Amino acid sequence: MNLLQAFNMALKSIASNKIRALLTMLGIVIGVSSVIILVSLGEGSSKVITERIQSMGTNLIHVRIFGRGSNRTVSEDELISLAANNSEVIENVVPSLDDTVTIKYSNKNMQTSLVGTSEAYQTVRNTNVQQGRFFSALDVERRQKVVLIGAYIANELFAGMSPIGQTIKINGDVFTVVGVLEEKAGAAQGSDDDRVIIPYTTAKRLVRNANITTFYVQAKTPDTVDSAMQKVEEFLFKKFNNTDSYRVFNQADMLNTVNETTKTLSMMLGGIAAISLVVGGIGIMNIMLVSVTERTREIGIRKAIGAKRKSILVQFLIESVVVSCLGGLIGVVFGVIGAHFIGKLMSISAQPSFTTIILSFSFSAVVGIFFGFYPADKASRLNPIEALRFE
Amino acid sequence: MIRIQNMYKIYKMGKVEVKALDNISIHIKAKEFVAIIGPSGSGKSTLMNMIGCLDTPTSGAYYLDNKEVSKLKDDDLAEIRNKKVGFIFQRFNLLPKLTAFENVELPLIYRGISRKKRVQMVLEALEQVGLGDRIHHRPPELSGGQQQRVAIARALSSKPPLILADEPTGALDSKSGYEVINMMHKLHEMGNTIVLITHDSNIAQQAKRIIRIMDGKIVEDKEGAQ
Ligand SMILES: Nc1ncnc2c1ncn2[C@@H]1O[C@H](COP(=O)(O)OP(=O)(O)OP(=O)(O)O)[C@@H](O)[C@H]1O
Ligand SMILES: [Mg+2]
Repeated sequence: MNLLQAFNMALKSIASNKIRALLTMLGIVIGVSSVIILVSLGEGSSKVITERIQSMGTNLIHVRIFGRGSNRTVSEDELISLAANNSEVIENVVPSLDDTVTIKYSNKNMQTSLVGTSEAYQTVRNTNVQQGRFFSALDVERRQKVVLIGAYIANELFAGMSPIGQTIKINGDVFTVVGVLEEKAGAAQGSDDDRVIIPYTTAKRLVRNANITTFYVQAKTPDTVDSAMQKVEEFLFKKFNNTDSYRVFNQADMLNTVNETTKTLSMMLGGIAAISLVVGGIGIMNIMLVSVTERTREIGIRKAIGAKRKSILVQFLIESVVVSCLGGLIGVVFGVIGAHFIGKLMSISAQPSFTTIILSFSFSAVVGIFFGFYPADKASRLNPIEALRFE
Repeated sequence: MIRIQNMYKIYKMGKVEVKALDNISIHIKAKEFVAIIGPSGSGKSTLMNMIGCLDTPTSGAYYLDNKEVSKLKDDDLAEIRNKKVGFIFQRFNLLPKLTAFENVELPLIYRGISRKKRVQMVLEALEQVGLGDRIHHRPPELSGGQQQRVAIARALSSKPPLILADEPTGALDSKSGYEVINMMHKLHEMGNTIVLITHDSNIAQQAKRIIRIMDGKIVEDKEGAQ
């Protein structure tokens, strides 16, 4: 007897009890689709985070200084000389004065975050302007009261109207809007689109803590990020004489951390879903054992007319593999559709990767073989006479 | 063709030993028509299982076509059953979910015969038992007599030399039973060796040779009236 005929026999017997086959499949369907959904959601959200980190700017190094007071800060001049002294590895240094402020346009009030920085922020932090212009070096030098607003604020305050040239009040001071920042995070509240940027010279008079405690360094090339970091750390250590009062980290480090975390998370989710696949396999074994008992007489007849052990084994094994693969196939369909819809709900692109699909499907086939083997072996060992006597 | 020497089959039920076959020796030549009769529980079915290589004896020798088969492994016995023996059971033992055609085809599949040849052999066998017009019926859609004829077609489709029938008429009315016995005669005329187990001494009388067993022993072995 060849495999094709065994396959035919298995299909006939599955077709003769469709409801049971469907119920047996259910465990595998749920297992495979949840593996696909969870893993692709994990991959999708990791992609979103990665993109967000990359959009912060290229070759970027963050520096944060902790503690309060005038000895816990750096001056603009120090930053300028840091850039000038290490021009072979550092492209640019920009300060960032951060605070929360109240802004007002006509009768609309809102809270938002403020960034006071220099004109180089645009390139260092990869911040594009959607409308209008970024402020210039001259604006910074002359402490102009000009402001760039995020997409969320443009929507909230100006609702369709062009904000360029309008004036808004920041903590009571009048500022002219010179540009609208390009949308970065879906124009959502509390995101990078919910902020205003002004020259740091102007900001110094506006914010509560006028000391520079955050600044960004842009390395010349991706290859010089490490040596630029080293220069920055040397500079900070010379200034503060300890390593505890500041933190320097770069984008690549952040990416690595995030990637590792999301990878572990994805694997954990996949693993949990894989457990449900194993449970589905136990379901198959259960039903196949019932089926072997029910069909004892059939097995006896087949053996009496000359079926060898292998023929019976293969027949039952193929049955369980066909059931689990069919379940796997349905699971893939549900998984892909489910990932698409849930991804949409969570507004991340959860595109199941080819590897995920192939892996979870093959796992379902393996489950079919593994959990189908014991019942099939049991069937193949039945004594034909006892099987024929079976009622 | 069949040579059984000092065969025992002993079932142990706790401390009680049941000798289903008690020192049986038989010689059956090719192309014989033998009836085995005896009361219920005398060991007829047990003997048939031995002859048909479905079971192995506790002790004793069995030569089928001069080959000792009593100590072969399961798979070797399966192959012998497939090639040399056609079974006809009292309760038909057809697979209820397969059609008449598929039931008859089954032993040919296990023998590894090509599809084209199988179709031809199956149709021929069903034609021979007069069921050429019922090939796509399933057993539950057939009468008892028709089901037994499908079983006969299955037994003869692969053209085995030996046909074993264990009370083939037991579940049938007298007319269908008569047809079945007629068919056995036809098979005999075509050159098959037939071993027929029966309760009915009228049917047994039609055989060329009658073996009577009781309590696992042969008590009579005589040429029939014919
Ligand atoms: N698997 C078994 N386990 C225990 N005892 C068995 C087994 N099979 C058969 N026997 C015993 O062997 C004896 C012969 O049984 P067998 O089935 O051969 O009788 P039989 O002549 O075919 O009877 P019947 O005419 O009722 O079919 C009986 O006493 C039976 O109880
Ligand atoms: Mg019997």
